[in-house]
Amino acid sequence: MQLVMPDLNPVIPEILLTVLALILLMADLVIKRKETIAFLSIVSVAGVAYTLIGSAGTTFGGMFVSDGYSTFFKLIFLVNVILTILISVRYIVVENINFGEYYGLILFSTLGMMIMASAGDLIVLYLGLELMALSTYVLAGFIRHNVKSNEAALKYFLLGAFSSAFLLYGMSMIYGLTGTTDLKAIATYISKNGLEGNKTLLLSMILFAVAFGFKIAAVPFHMWAPDAYEGAPTTITAFMSVGPKAAGFAVLGRVFMTAFGAIHVEWSVVLIPLAILSMCIGNVVAIAQTNIKRMLAYSSIAHAGYALLGVIAANNEGLASMMNYMLIYAFMNIGAFGIVILLRSEGFKGEDITDYEGLAKTHPLSAALMLIFMFSLTGIPPTAGFIGKLYVFMSAINAGYTWLVVIAVIFSVISAYFYLRIVMYMYMREPKVEVSLSTSPAIGLALTVTVVATLVIGVFPSVLVELARAAISRF
Amino acid sequence: MLPKLFFGYFAAAIVLLSILVITRRNAVHSVLWMLLLFFHIAALYLFLNAEFLTAVQLIIYAGAMLVLYLFVVMLLNLKKEEGVSRFVDFWPNALVIALALLFAIGISVRAIVIGPTGGYSVDVVKKAGHTDILGRVLYTEYLFPFEVVSVVLLVAIIGAIVLAKKKLKT
Repeated sequence: MQLVMPDLNPVIPEILLTVLALILLMADLVIKRKETIAFLSIVSVAGVAYTLIGSAGTTFGGMFVSDGYSTFFKLIFLVNVILTILISVRYIVVENINFGEYYGLILFSTLGMMIMASAGDLIVLYLGLELMALSTYVLAGFIRHNVKSNEAALKYFLLGAFSSAFLLYGMSMIYGLTGTTDLKAIATYISKNGLEGNKTLLLSMILFAVAFGFKIAAVPFHMWAPDAYEGAPTTITAFMSVGPKAAGFAVLGRVFMTAFGAIHVEWSVVLIPLAILSMCIGNVVAIAQTNIKRMLAYSSIAHAGYALLGVIAANNEGLASMMNYMLIYAFMNIGAFGIVILLRSEGFKGEDITDYEGLAKTHPLSAALMLIFMFSLTGIPPTAGFIGKLYVFMSAINAGYTWLVVIAVIFSVISAYFYLRIVMYMYMREPKVEVSLSTSPAIGLALTVTVVATLVIGVFPSVLVELARAAISRF
Repeated sequence: MLPKLFFGYFAAAIVLLSILVITRRNAVHSVLWMLLLFFHIAALYLFLNAEFLTAVQLIIYAGAMLVLYLFVVMLLNLKKEEGVSRFVDFWPNALVIALALLFAIGISVRAIVIGPTGGYSVDVVKKAGHTDILGRVLYTEYLFPFEVVSVVLLVAIIGAIVLAKKKLKT
């Protein structure tokens, strides 16, 4: 057996990100101003985004697949990491956790997500997932002197390890059944040997659904999410409510459409209860929350439920609508967290929903931005959130799940109560507490980008929709 | 017959030892049972003609990691925590779920049709040497996952350092 140099062209973005993250870790030793590291990280990520163009191809014997589908998800991850860094610059000073490793870990986590999105082999998928998760566990516990942050990291870690065990169990079964870990080879073997009704295959698929359910925080595998989201640094909450969730959807789509494509009726039956429960528990329990981070955690669970509808449709249109949804969710959710971070200043947490009372009188601009993000999360036109829901629901209806969409719309209406309650507090109540904003140019830029994206996608959705359709056609 | 007997002993012992590990009140006892458990798992690798993995299992898991476990358990001095009701009250629920899972796996695994075996049969491995083959496979077929593992380990190291850092002065 000779060592053949593999084609490195498809992996260039990942290699570049690894090298740049390592350089930034080293640079942390000599650069004392951490803002410089944040700036360099953003430049690095922009460079990586540039190399995504023309990285298409399959390499390492099919283990690494760079196609339209993976590139679209990588775009979501890179948008997510840039916005997270922008909202972090000031926040980690306020929280007194201004370490350079913060940016390094965010970049490594993103690297893990990119590897997941491109995984053509179960082993690569698992390693990408662990790389993403391990970095995120540490980031969740980054405020070491805070008990809540420790709790968040520990709960996230324990349940993450638990879900990894399910994933590995599922993988070992499918390996025993088909003798391969390559996603395409698994699909070929199953259809060639008529294993569609095999019970081991079914159990393996269920175990995969459980493991991915943990990653996307779908009910009943959501128990870690509220505590982890509440305790983690708010910037990391924003980061992990978008990145790992989108990465979870990326592997869910690829594994279920490719390896388990032959049993899509069966896995739809497994995913439908997950989607209904996520929308139900997420939206109903969010109503009772008094902490805005917990409320957004339950909202994030509910949004996983909506996006699952796109996967349940089990066709390219459904996947494209799910991809759209994740990108739109990245903008509107990080925007909402950006406002939560603005309210956090030295000696003031700004996490209670009542802290938003009368915000429109004291800080009208921030209140207006929060209004747009809350409208978008509810799904009110002309915001991006409406477009995201519209396409997911349309794809589900076209696939014959009208009753499921009716349920989704009902829960969507319920969600208006807790999103618009924030708006009501901001505009119709008198301010009770003195709120001072911790602004910075970076977070200003992040909020500008998110609000512009939320509105532009809402008004001109065709560009994004076409992009996702084009991406999925090269699946 | 004899290999089956040996496997039967080790499989049963592994299950029994695992139960012992999670049911001991004293965490030091748990770790020591785990040591014995790792030895039995190493023996299973030996049956699969994987002597390198046996050595790794013994040296790294039983030798290095368990010593660290013991250190941590002794440093934590868990005496006060072990009887706290919120840690132990839920075992009936856990048992029901575990048995249900065992039942589901039991039913579905009976339906398994073993897939094709790869090119590395026992004869091929014996001829070329186990470590030799493992090295070749790792650096050719599995080069990409191997490189990703190195980044995963690096993140683990960075994470440990970050979590052990001093608090910043305000």
